[in-house]
Amino acid sequence: MQNPPRAFSFFHNLKAKIVALPRMRLKGDDVFKLVCALFASSIFLILGLMVYELVRGSWLSIRTFGLNFIVGTKWDPAISRVFGALPLILGTLVTSAIALVIGVPISLGIALALSEYMPKKFGFGVSFLVELLAAVPSVIYGLWGIFVLIPFLRNHVYPHLQSAFGFLPIFSGPIYGGGVLTGGIVLAIMIIPTVSAVMRDLFSSVPNSQREAMIALGATKWETSKTVVSYARSGVVGAIILGLGRAVGETMAITMVIGNKFQVWPSSLFDAWYTMSAIIANELLEATYDLYVSALIHVGLVLLFISLVINILARLIVWRTLRLTRGIARE
Amino acid sequence: MKGKIAIPLVIVAVIAIGAAAYRGSTSEHISEQGPEQEISLNGAGATFPFPLIDKWAAEYNKIKPKIFVNYQGIGSGGGIRQHTEKTVYFAGTDAPLTPAQAENAPNTLHIPITIGGVVPIYNLPGIPKGLRFTGEILADIYLGRITKWNDARLTAINPGVNLPDQSIVVVRRSDGSGTTFIWTSFLSNVSQEWKNNVGRGTSVNWPTGLGGKGNDGVTALVQQTPYSIGYVEFTFAKKNNLPCGYVRNAAGEFVEPTIESFAKAAEYAAVILPRGDASWADVSIVDSLANNTRARGAYPITSFSYLLVYKELNVLPNMNENIAGALVNFLWWAVHDGQNYAENLYYVPLPPSVVRHNEETLRMITFNGRQLLK
Repeated sequence: MQNPPRAFSFFHNLKAKIVALPRMRLKGDDVFKLVCALFASSIFLILGLMVYELVRGSWLSIRTFGLNFIVGTKWDPAISRVFGALPLILGTLVTSAIALVIGVPISLGIALALSEYMPKKFGFGVSFLVELLAAVPSVIYGLWGIFVLIPFLRNHVYPHLQSAFGFLPIFSGPIYGGGVLTGGIVLAIMIIPTVSAVMRDLFSSVPNSQREAMIALGATKWETSKTVVSYARSGVVGAIILGLGRAVGETMAITMVIGNKFQVWPSSLFDAWYTMSAIIANELLEATYDLYVSALIHVGLVLLFISLVINILARLIVWRTLRLTRGIARE
Repeated sequence: MKGKIAIPLVIVAVIAIGAAAYRGSTSEHISEQGPEQEISLNGAGATFPFPLIDKWAAEYNKIKPKIFVNYQGIGSGGGIRQHTEKTVYFAGTDAPLTPAQAENAPNTLHIPITIGGVVPIYNLPGIPKGLRFTGEILADIYLGRITKWNDARLTAINPGVNLPDQSIVVVRRSDGSGTTFIWTSFLSNVSQEWKNNVGRGTSVNWPTGLGGKGNDGVTALVQQTPYSIGYVEFTFAKKNNLPCGYVRNAAGEFVEPTIESFAKAAEYAAVILPRGDASWADVSIVDSLANNTRARGAYPITSFSYLLVYKELNVLPNMNENIAGALVNFLWWAVHDGQNYAENLYYVPLPPSVVRHNEETLRMITFNGRQLLK
């Protein structure tokens, strides 16, 4: 037990030395600033390392397939050892889009109800429950999907959908239970907590003067709510993109319900498909040769790239809307 | 203000340094202990034998309280990688090393530790276990050639069974797995088209079907989807009481998958096992039974699960004579007494011929050139 006192005296001396320099006295504020700056800049290091590792790991695949990896439609680890990720990219984007189509209106409704309509106490209970949804691990959603949602949809929902809209190609074909639509629904449930919580905070932060002005003009509650949403619309776009980000990267739940069928385009919403994160989770452990591992890491690189593009697009939209609203305000 | 921030920082630093110093002193303490020290035998690999090895770890610890066996079920591919990188003492795999893999991990011994069977399962309301399949029919179902349950070829070998006029929902694994390797090996042997277009592997380019994750995923999908067919490790079919199909072997019998018929299959294969330190790349019960018309009673989709160890243990970092001895003793126990725990967990105990073969292999293990088992 000699070390701790020694360490203590080291710091003690250091502090004494620092105190002895009257001009260059290091204030607590400066130390804190330095520490924070270090933590903040570590994000560059982490992202940089991530990209470096992904590129290094996928280098073999990049060299072998080049751009054909992005547009290729074959994934054959056993015979020809050719890997192409286009079906995975499409599967990821389409299921995420379905999740947004289902999840965003519901989230918007939840957020508006919480901020505009419900009494505070009741609203607190609801938002607590919604946030609990966010804390459920995704594998639980997957299991719930397999054992509860899929049988329910297959027996009570999809047959009715098919008999009503079966003339549309997207609602035709055999019904397995799992598949593209089921994946979208599970993803929608998973993004609702994030999206609705962000939207609720946005709407609550809209100044009351906006609402009062609308009511003073004789607007109904519905018209007032529209103003609230449009006041916060850049943030709303941001919230939706956040949800998209979660949907694109989601792995466990989606792989358990989507059916994991590698094909360029499914025959209907009931057909099975595949996503990028799902194939990595499924195949990395038993990838038995270097090119195979490299191709899977390559999928990860593409996934990271797509996430970055989505986020950059989101930023651009947000900036644009912000500029527009400021312009309107000035006029 | 400054004191409020600086003091906690100093305290944190002191605690961190103190903790590091304390840890340093305890680890020295352990390494100075005598021969009675605790030994951890670390392994990793295939998930299929995990429940069995886990049981072994618990039972062996009762006999040798100082020995702790840790086995992580990370998949055969991961096990082989860790074995090659020498980060584990032993690795589990469902498929033997390929020549390329063996080149990266020279002097590896293969020790078959248990036997597994892959069985077709189905969900046909009103039809119990025992539906008959041939390899050709299974291959055509998984190729998408046979799409109806009342296909003429299925009804022909299942007289008296009222097969429904329903589409077959094909279910297979979505994740890479040894189960898929065994299944696709069998299909490759019986169908030229399968061999040329799909091939054998831990994951393949499936022509059709829904993918379930893991044996559990396939089991769940088949249980929930009427008119589906899937394939799982025997243990999963048994635990979930799923109807299994009988599969025709090269001798022309439709064999029920049972522990006995798997053991029979292993016995036929054991006649031609290579030396423990030779190449095992071609060892496959499935392949050896493919044309063996005399293998009566043998279930054709059967496979060994292996442990891999190095022949000369000093290639492993942190290895010493104590650990090497403990490892070999544990392996010896596993292939003898350990086999008694197999059947309760629905694993197939090794037939005596394979146990004798393993004894020879284990005697080859050395540390610094000295044989560990006499």
